Amino acid sequence: MPTLPTTVDVTSDSYRANRAALEAAVALVDEQLALARAGGGERYVARHRERGKLPARERIELLLDRDTAFLELCPLAGWGSQFAVGASSITGIGVVEGIECFISANDPTVRGGAMNPFTFKKGARGSDIALANRLPTINLVESGGADLPSQAELFIPGGRAFRDLTRQSAATLPTVALVFGNSTAGGAYVPGMSDYIVMIEERSKVFLGGPPLVKMATGEESNDEELGGASMHARVSGLADALAVDEPDAIRLGRQIVSRLNWRKRGAGPSQPADPPVHDPDELLGIASADPKVPFDPREVLARVVDGSRFDEFKPLYGASLVTGWGSIHGYPVGILANHRGVLFSQEAHKATQFIQLANQIDVPLIFLQNTTGYMVGKEYEQAGIIKHGAQMINAVSNSSVPHLTVNIGASYGAGNYGMCGRAYDPRFLFAWPNARSAVMGPAQLAGVLSIVGRQSAAAKGVPFDEEADVAMREMVEAQIEAESLPLFLTARLYDDGIIDPRDTRTVLGMCLSVIDNQPITGTRGYGVFRM
Amino acid sequence: MTPPIPHIVTPIRTLLIANRGEIARRIMRSAHAMGIICVAVYSDADADSPHVAEADLAVRLVGFSPADTYLRIDLILDAASRCSADAVHPGYGFLSESGPAARAVNGAGLVWVGPSADAIDAMGSKVGSKELMRTAGVPTLPSITVIGDVVPTGEEVDSLGWPLLVKASAGGGGRGMRIVPGPEDLAEALSGARREARSAFGDDTVFLERYVKDPRHIEVQVLADRYGDTVALFERECSIQRRHQKIIEEAPSPVVTAELRARLTEAALSASRAVGYENAGTVEFVLDEHGDPYFLEMNTRLQVEHPVTEAITGLDLVRLQLLIASGAALPPEVHAAVDAGPVGHAIEARLYAEDPASGWLPSTGTLHSFEIPIGGPQSGVRIESGVELGSVVSPHYDPMLAKVIVHAPTRDEATSTLAATLDGSRIHGVATNRDLLVRTLRHAGFRRGDTDTGFIDRVGLGNLAEPLADRAATERHALAAALGAQAQRRSQARVQPHIPTGFRNSPSALQVSTFDSHHGVVAVGYRFDRFDRSGQRLDQVEIDGTPVDVRVVSAEPGMVALTVENITRRYRLERVGRTTYVDGSDGSSVLVEHERFPIPGSQVAPGSSLAPMPGGVVRVAVAVGDEVEPGQLLVVLEAMKMEHAIHASAAGTVSEVDVSVGDQVETGQVLVVMMVTMVMEDSES
Repeated sequence: MPTLPTTVDVTSDSYRANRAALEAAVALVDEQLALARAGGGERYVARHRERGKLPARERIELLLDRDTAFLELCPLAGWGSQFAVGASSITGIGVVEGIECFISANDPTVRGGAMNPFTFKKGARGSDIALANRLPTINLVESGGADLPSQAELFIPGGRAFRDLTRQSAATLPTVALVFGNSTAGGAYVPGMSDYIVMIEERSKVFLGGPPLVKMATGEESNDEELGGASMHARVSGLADALAVDEPDAIRLGRQIVSRLNWRKRGAGPSQPADPPVHDPDELLGIASADPKVPFDPREVLARVVDGSRFDEFKPLYGASLVTGWGSIHGYPVGILANHRGVLFSQEAHKATQFIQLANQIDVPLIFLQNTTGYMVGKEYEQAGIIKHGAQMINAVSNSSVPHLTVNIGASYGAGNYGMCGRAYDPRFLFAWPNARSAVMGPAQLAGVLSIVGRQSAAAKGVPFDEEADVAMREMVEAQIEAESLPLFLTARLYDDGIIDPRDTRTVLGMCLSVIDNQPITGTRGYGVFRM
Repeated sequence: MTPPIPHIVTPIRTLLIANRGEIARRIMRSAHAMGIICVAVYSDADADSPHVAEADLAVRLVGFSPADTYLRIDLILDAASRCSADAVHPGYGFLSESGPAARAVNGAGLVWVGPSADAIDAMGSKVGSKELMRTAGVPTLPSITVIGDVVPTGEEVDSLGWPLLVKASAGGGGRGMRIVPGPEDLAEALSGARREARSAFGDDTVFLERYVKDPRHIEVQVLADRYGDTVALFERECSIQRRHQKIIEEAPSPVVTAELRARLTEAALSASRAVGYENAGTVEFVLDEHGDPYFLEMNTRLQVEHPVTEAITGLDLVRLQLLIASGAALPPEVHAAVDAGPVGHAIEARLYAEDPASGWLPSTGTLHSFEIPIGGPQSGVRIESGVELGSVVSPHYDPMLAKVIVHAPTRDEATSTLAATLDGSRIHGVATNRDLLVRTLRHAGFRRGDTDTGFIDRVGLGNLAEPLADRAATERHALAAALGAQAQRRSQARVQPHIPTGFRNSPSALQVSTFDSHHGVVAVGYRFDRFDRSGQRLDQVEIDGTPVDVRVVSAEPGMVALTVENITRRYRLERVGRTTYVDGSDGSSVLVEHERFPIPGSQVAPGSSLAPMPGGVVRVAVAVGDEVEPGQLLVVLEAMKMEHAIHASAAGTVSEVDVSVGDQVETGQVLVVMMVTMVMEDSES
């Protein structure tokens, strides 16, 4: 296989400018990650520790096999909202007893671990990931329940959390709940719907209604322990399967349960050498353009992501604005589609459609590296059938049944977002680089379109066009669209699974491919591959 | 002129070696080289020992204790007869200085590789041998035998020279022995010694002798054939001792001058001739502060430290023993060696499985590593060991693992090489005196030759027993152990094998490993940075919560190289269960990692008394319900022929007695559990 060359000049002005901009963008994200990690802040974390409790992240660290990786998902959910960044929970994929598990933990230092609408979305995304990739789930439970002021957005859709747990169980994906503290009212159904439940002596509290509510409902006098104590559930109700003496003991018991799940990955496993790229991934910071309007060669990215920088390009001379080809990441064979010069023409659409079909024929996952401004517009292209050709590509992406992984490495605008497997096209995982943008179109274009439409409307009505107001409107709209296309804005709304440092791309994709490998891959069948 | 006695030589064809361990192997090596068939004997504890594997024939002696096995002359003779052995070599220890055993061997028509039974008996009596030597003109410490209630006085006593030592005539092992500083203390010392002697030996005869404080221990190797040819092969100095056990021996002695050597030779030859000595033997002397030697005793056998003499003479003493026993005269190379004088300098160190810091307690266990770097063919390093990788060091016998001998042109070179050889050794699975030996060999006093028997006490056991690895080294070792274990876990990963170690896209806590070490608990925290082409970089390291500047040069399961404060060191690692053995240029550490998830209830109950070493229970002094005072005797264990008393560490009530007399216990086994009573302040004071 040919090894990708590089023409990156680390001493060039453009490299330095890109690197400076990307470092700043990474730092901005790191700052928010640090904020999310701080949970409820020093005071609440200290109080939590004083009670002899471990912070949620330390619970996860103790649960994981030592020195294995943990891929945190949607860590900045709720950024910029009225709720704390991170959405009072931590979710991710980690290795427990040699098994890749979906792990979710309430952060009780953030408003008692109360669940808000972002917490719910993050949990729902986790359920989707566990189901799609066939992962066991471990919930580290300690939550005061729903954030009551936002119940309107939460209560009705929130029921899905419990439904998902039992659907996972029905799909033979075991669910384990380690209950560290309160898990009451609706929250009681998180352990309630789980296959295995561990509670901690004098710590776990699981009941539908607490003493005051019981008193109001039936007049009965009761206390916490009688209603939902760990010891009661272990000895009387049978809701708890195991009774732990403390938090480390609960985690030990949780690991013991996972070790007995008789788990086997059902994928074909890695089949290629997993040697690192020959070019330095650190240089990705200077390769990604600081200016979204400047395209960059995705081969320079692939040269720092795929095994041994080996890449077999498919149709290099045809539809050159989209790079397609075969390689492997951490030993897993992949097909890659990567935008080169932004615009998708008919040739690019044809090439993509054919390539996606080829990957389905041989059951190989696809990786989409987005850096697109969309499908080409204009008389010539419309008349040549760009809609039909774009539709073919979107059709292929939509009905492809091999796993897709998407990374927005620069831009994802317009229908290009759809053709290049945006969030709505259910890639197994979707990540963004901190420099990436995504919106229906660029801010200036969108403002300009609005301006033209306004001018036409004024002319049709025969009223004078307010030029001053138009300038103000364009500035305002441009600013709004720019803000709404930024990665923090998008990741806050769970339009991706996280913003990643470009240098971690290979590692993150490698972990995702390993996670995907829990499930066998079967491509879409039915027709032979259409030569486009 | 008397006609020469005809030399009748009957070569030994099959030799039974009535011993074990390194000396059995040593004897076998020479015997095999002479074409002799070797028969080993072994107790049940030694069934898998190298000396059994290397023998041509091996005979089992049923049982474990020496009394049931290696000391049973009847079983030895039976084995010899069944294997058609024509000679028995007793080695050292066990039957080697038993006149009756020698007599029995001869009586069975076999050759005893050693002196005659009469010579053994003559030298076996403390008082008798001294009288004999005095008569033969060998210098002895002046002494007076005291029988009955008499308190000798006046010139008679003063002529001995103060201070005096009063000793039981029948005894040994220090019982009934005391030092008398001056005349005013004599009466009381005598009555006390007599009382002790009577109760211990049933004989209250004692004798007074001049007391030499911290003498040097000098001994002379002799060889004699049965035709009256006796030679002395120079002296050895064996003054570095712990509890009267030699641990470092050298030849020649740094303080013996040619004039003194001549005196020693003369005395040794006189001593040997006085008893008609044949074969190899050693005449031991004490050297007082004036440099005058006095006869101490004669060891009628091969000595542990014989290799240093072999080194400086170029002779094979075991071969010569076998030749002499077969009736040969001393061969010419012996005389040539005597004429040539000592060549170079040789030092031997005895490596013991014992912990000097905790009262020299013997240590038992499986040898997970046993590597002593022997160097190239010109290194001058010789190793004699009875164990090898995987051997189990049992509590039944002497805990010596190996002797390391270095022969070099000068004492300084020999000392340096021996220290470096020991320092570079990797011995895992038992505690050893290795670090004490290295510290001794590198001590300025030792280098100067200030090596009297008071050396260890003078320098201080605390200083000498201090591990070579200081706290800072142990911290580096803990980091190496953590990173090596990390590499091992990664190499065994069932999923995501090539994903960077401990990867986090939102890094929070460090990976943590906590170890118990000689220097207390060491907690290591580490995180690797994302991989780049230059390899793995440590992003953050903390030792006990304090950030440390470390660069990892390499981290593999068995080898970690670290750069700390710009010094790169390589560490070899071996993990056995939770224990990691780390060996580096800055010493060795045994690190026991804390369980990540201790099983609740598996910890030892408070108030438990644990066995400090493996052994047999010989006495249980308390019963359930007894009130005990701090320091009160609870249990007595016997191991290695020594009794170890286990005392209460606090006041309390005995709630559990988990052992009874006759039980064999392992280190750490619970013996007695007490409910500890809170000690209240005296409110009336």
